[in-house]
Amino acid sequence: MARYASLADTVGDTPLIGLPHLSPSPEVRLWAKLEDRNPTGSVKDRVAKYLIESAMADGLLTEGATILEPTSGNTGIALAAVARHHGFKLVCVMPENTSDERKQLLTAFGAEVIYSPAAGGSNAAVAAARALAAERPDWVMLNQYANAANARAHYETTGPELWRDLPEISHFVAGLGTTGTLMGTGRYLRERRPGIQIVAAEPRYGELVYGLRNLGEGFVPELYDADVLTRRLSVGSADALRRTRQLLSMEGLFAGLSTGAVLHAALGLADEAVKRSRPADIALLVADAGWKYLSTGAYSGDAAESAETLDNQLWA
Amino acid sequence: MSIEVRIPTILRQHTAGAKVVTGEGNNLDDLLSDLDTNHSGLRGRIVTGEGNLHKFVNVYVNDEDVRFTGGLKTELSDGDSVTILPAVAGG
Repeated sequence: MARYASLADTVGDTPLIGLPHLSPSPEVRLWAKLEDRNPTGSVKDRVAKYLIESAMADGLLTEGATILEPTSGNTGIALAAVARHHGFKLVCVMPENTSDERKQLLTAFGAEVIYSPAAGGSNAAVAAARALAAERPDWVMLNQYANAANARAHYETTGPELWRDLPEISHFVAGLGTTGTLMGTGRYLRERRPGIQIVAAEPRYGELVYGLRNLGEGFVPELYDADVLTRRLSVGSADALRRTRQLLSMEGLFAGLSTGAVLHAALGLADEAVKRSRPADIALLVADAGWKYLSTGAYSGDAAESAETLDNQLWA
Repeated sequence: MSIEVRIPTILRQHTAGAKVVTGEGNNLDDLLSDLDTNHSGLRGRIVTGEGNLHKFVNVYVNDEDVRFTGGLKTELSDGDSVTILPAVAGG
């Protein structure tokens, strides 16, 4: 049945597709979960729905409330859509070095955007949002980095969908941001398949993004539990870009740049499985499509030049 | 045996501004001690008094987070690349 009462009802239950041209052998297969097939085009639609609905159930969000959230884009866009649906206002604190499309989309969905400095990346956005929250106690900060509803969205939806569609799953690979996707999905899958590898692909940006004044300004999301992960791999802008283009040219899949990082990690795992003559069914999460990154030049032109441009942007 | 180590901006006060330094060691622990002889104070910014990695510092050997490969006891081979980064938020 492909008929829904409203757009909000289409969150989740996304397709899992094989990647026959990138899979190294019939025994070692790659599968992509297409989270761009959500209402605002990213995996964050699952999270936004859970964050807002749980805050409403807890009585934190009441009629006409204003939501405040630090976000580099996708969470803000998804929250804006759900907030509008329920009649809430949304104020997003976003680093200025995010793509122009994200800024335009947030505005289009009715959110107010406050910019934080490029140096320090999302850390600076989190700090600025905390300062604002202290000034405006009437605003509700849902805090995707610490809110258990973020991971629960994946424990209750993403995880069960993968288990239903790929019971032979050997590896799950996703990007590491708030850590919610890996924590929720990882916990669910490991409970059912104890030997599964839960692998994080972490974006490695240029120096600007790590421009903290001191190490005490560093940030580890409260949701993060290292015990859920098997491995954590760091992927730079050039590799992420190269793999994003490879996914497009070999499989016709137009994904965002964080997916390139995830694919880079997944191909490394596939290569190891082949070398050890072990079968593997590796599921990777496609967090969003490429539309929001077109202005970065990531999909056309000189790859080295594009990677350099990307290096100081928050591309995941 | 030579290991290349990438130093984040925030720790370059210990390396006279150098982005990349080289050191030796059979594991990460030994490498950081070796680096500290030429770059005084560097080890103390990465490793706590209890001998653990500082909470807000991530160390990668060939792009893999060492907290999942044995921490400071992670073994090193000639030609390995080590990257040190502060922990930052995503999302």
